[in-house]
Amino acid sequence: MLVALVSRLGQMLLVMFGISVVAFLIFFATPGADPSARIAGRNASQETLVQVRHDFGLDRPLPVQYGLMMERLFISRDLTSFVNRGQKVVPTVLEAIPVTLSLVFGAAVFWVLGGLIVGVVAGATRGSWLDRTLMILSLIGVSIPVFWLGEVANLITQSRWHDSWLFSWVPPLGYIALTDSPWGWFKALVIPWFTLATLYIGLYGRVLRASIIETMQEDFIRTARAKGIGERRVLINHGLRTSLVAFVTMFGLDFGALVGGGALLTEVVFGLQGVGKLTYGALQTLDLPMILATVIYASFFVVMANFVVDVAFVFIDPRARDGH
Amino acid sequence: MDNLIAGQAPVRSRRGAEGPWRTAWRKLKVDRAAIMAFGVLVLITAASLAAPLYARYVAQTDPFATNLNGEIVINGETKQVLEPSTEGLSLGFTPLGPTWDFGPYMLGADNQGRDVAARLLYGGRNSLLIAGAAALICLGLATVLGVISGFFGGLVDTLLSRILDVLWAFPIFLLAISLSIVLISQSISIGPIEIRSGSLWLPVFIIGIVYVPYVARPIRGHVLSLMRAEFVTAAIGIGAPPWRILLYDILPNVITRVIVFVPLILALNMMTESSLSFLSIGVQPPDASWGTIIQDGQGLLYSRPIVALAPGLAIVISVLALNILGDGVRDALDPKSSIRVA
Repeated sequence: MLVALVSRLGQMLLVMFGISVVAFLIFFATPGADPSARIAGRNASQETLVQVRHDFGLDRPLPVQYGLMMERLFISRDLTSFVNRGQKVVPTVLEAIPVTLSLVFGAAVFWVLGGLIVGVVAGATRGSWLDRTLMILSLIGVSIPVFWLGEVANLITQSRWHDSWLFSWVPPLGYIALTDSPWGWFKALVIPWFTLATLYIGLYGRVLRASIIETMQEDFIRTARAKGIGERRVLINHGLRTSLVAFVTMFGLDFGALVGGGALLTEVVFGLQGVGKLTYGALQTLDLPMILATVIYASFFVVMANFVVDVAFVFIDPRARDGH
Repeated sequence: MDNLIAGQAPVRSRRGAEGPWRTAWRKLKVDRAAIMAFGVLVLITAASLAAPLYARYVAQTDPFATNLNGEIVINGETKQVLEPSTEGLSLGFTPLGPTWDFGPYMLGADNQGRDVAARLLYGGRNSLLIAGAAALICLGLATVLGVISGFFGGLVDTLLSRILDVLWAFPIFLLAISLSIVLISQSISIGPIEIRSGSLWLPVFIIGIVYVPYVARPIRGHVLSLMRAEFVTAAIGIGAPPWRILLYDILPNVITRVIVFVPLILALNMMTESSLSFLSIGVQPPDASWGTIIQDGQGLLYSRPIVALAPGLAIVISVLALNILGDGVRDALDPKSSIRVA
C-alpha cells in the first residue's frame, strides 16, 4: 500500500514537471517570435522590452530561463503583470482559487448525484420509454456548449422570467463569499452549478448505464440472483458497486478537464471572479505572466486532484494496492 | 440455418463470408437515428456551403460589412437597421429584431447592422471547416503515432508514450489557450509553411493537436493487442517482412477503430472551436464562426437574444447529430457492441 502511494506521488511530481516544461516551452520557445514582446503586452515601449529581457533573463540559455521562471512562480512569487503594472500575479491567482473551488465542488456534487440517478434508473429499466427518454436527454446534455447554456440560463433567470415567482430569488451575476453569507453563496452559485453539471450528468449517466448493463450480464450477478437476493439489492450492491470503479476513474480525469475548461467558460458567463475569469481577462489584454501563472497553477491543481482521486481509488479497489 | 439437414454439409454461399465493411454498412443502414443524424449533417453542410448564395439573393447584404446607417422596408414601413435605444439613458442602439420572413434580416441584425442569418451560414462554413480539418490532422497524427508506438515498441514506444502522457495530463483547454495566445498574436513559420496571424489555420492546427493523445493512446493499445494476435504470429511465422505485417495485418484492423473516432472527434472539435472563438482566441474577425457570433450576441443577450441563441442552437444540433452518428458507427463497426447493445 505504501509502495503504491509513493509511486503515485512520484508520478504526480513527474507529470507536474512535464506540464511546467511544456507550458514554458509554449510561451518562451515558440519559433519565430520574441517572447519579451509578448510578455510586455501590446504596444510596449523599448524600455519595457529591455526591462523584460533583463527581468526574465531572456538572453540566457533556456534551462536557466526555465529555472528563473519557476523560482518566480513558486519560491519568490514576485512575478508581476506588465499590463496592470505592479500587480503581483501569484497572490491574485491564489485569491481567485476559492471561487473556482466553490463552483467546481458544488457542480461535482450535482453531477455525481445526477449521473448516478440517470445511469442506475436507465440501466435498470433498459429498453423502456424511461430509459430512452433519459438517454436522449443525456445525449442533448452532452451536446450543449456550456457557455451557451449559461447564457440561456442568464436570459431566463436574469431577464425574461426574473420577475416571475420562479426566479425572483436569483441574485445578480457575481460571487458571494461563503464566509459573508452562506445562503447568498448558495443562491449565487446554484444556477452555475447546474449549468456546469449538465454535460457531466449526461456523460456519466451514459457511461454508468452502459457499465451497469455490461455488469448485469456477468456470472456473479447470476450467482447472486440464484442465491435468492432481491433484484434491487443485486442492482445496487452488486451491479452498481462494480460499475463504480469506472465512474471514479472518470471523475478524476474530468475534474481536471473541468477546472481547466468548463469552469473557465462558466465563470466568464456568470461573472464569477475565479481563476478562469482571471485567465479570460488576461486573454483580452494579452497579459502573458498572468496567463502563464493561471495555466501552471490550474494544471498543477488538476494533477493534484487526480492524485487525490488515485489515492481514494487505492482505498476503494483492493486490486490497485499493489501499484498497478 | 433452416436448411441444415442432418448428415449434409451446409450449402455455402458462392460469395463467401460477409466482409467487415459490408456487415458494418448493413448494421448502419437500418439504424434510423444514425441515418437521420447523417441527413441533418448533410443539410447543415449544404446550407453552409450555400452561404454566398443566401447573402446575395435572400439577405441582399454583405454580411461582413458594417451597416450602421442602413434602412430597410418591412411591411411598407421604413425601419433603421440600428434603432436608437429607447430604454435607459438611450445612448446605445438596438439592432433590428428578426422579421421571420425569408428575406433580408430574417433573424435580425447584430450590433454592427449585419444580417445574422447570413452570418450564421458563413459561420457554419468556418465551424465545419475547422472541425473537419482539425479532425483530419488529429486522427492522422494520432494514427501514425499510435501505430509507430505500438508496432515498434521499445525505446520509441517509451518515449512517445511519456510525451503523450504529459499532454494527456495537461488540461486540454489550458493547452489550447496557451497555444492560441502565443500563436494568435503573430504569424509563425514552420519550415516552408507560414501561417499569418488571424488565419483560420491557427485554430485548425491548435484543435488538431490537443486531442491527439485521446486517440493515440487507445490506438497504441489496440496495436499492442493486435501484435499478440494469432494471425500476426502466423504472419511472422511464414516469414512476412515487418512492412507487410504493418500494411496487411495491422493497418486494416486499426482503420475501423479510427473511423469510430471520426464523428466523436468532429463533435469535440466543434465544441472546442466554439469555446475558443467565444473566448476570442479562435476564429478572428472579420471571419465568423458559430462561436464568434455567440460572442457578438453576448452584449445583446437581453435585448436581441436571437443573435446568441441561433448559433448556439446550430452547434447543439450539429454536435447532437454527430454524437448520434458516432453511436451508430461504433455499434456498427465494433464487433463487441453486439453483445452490449440495449
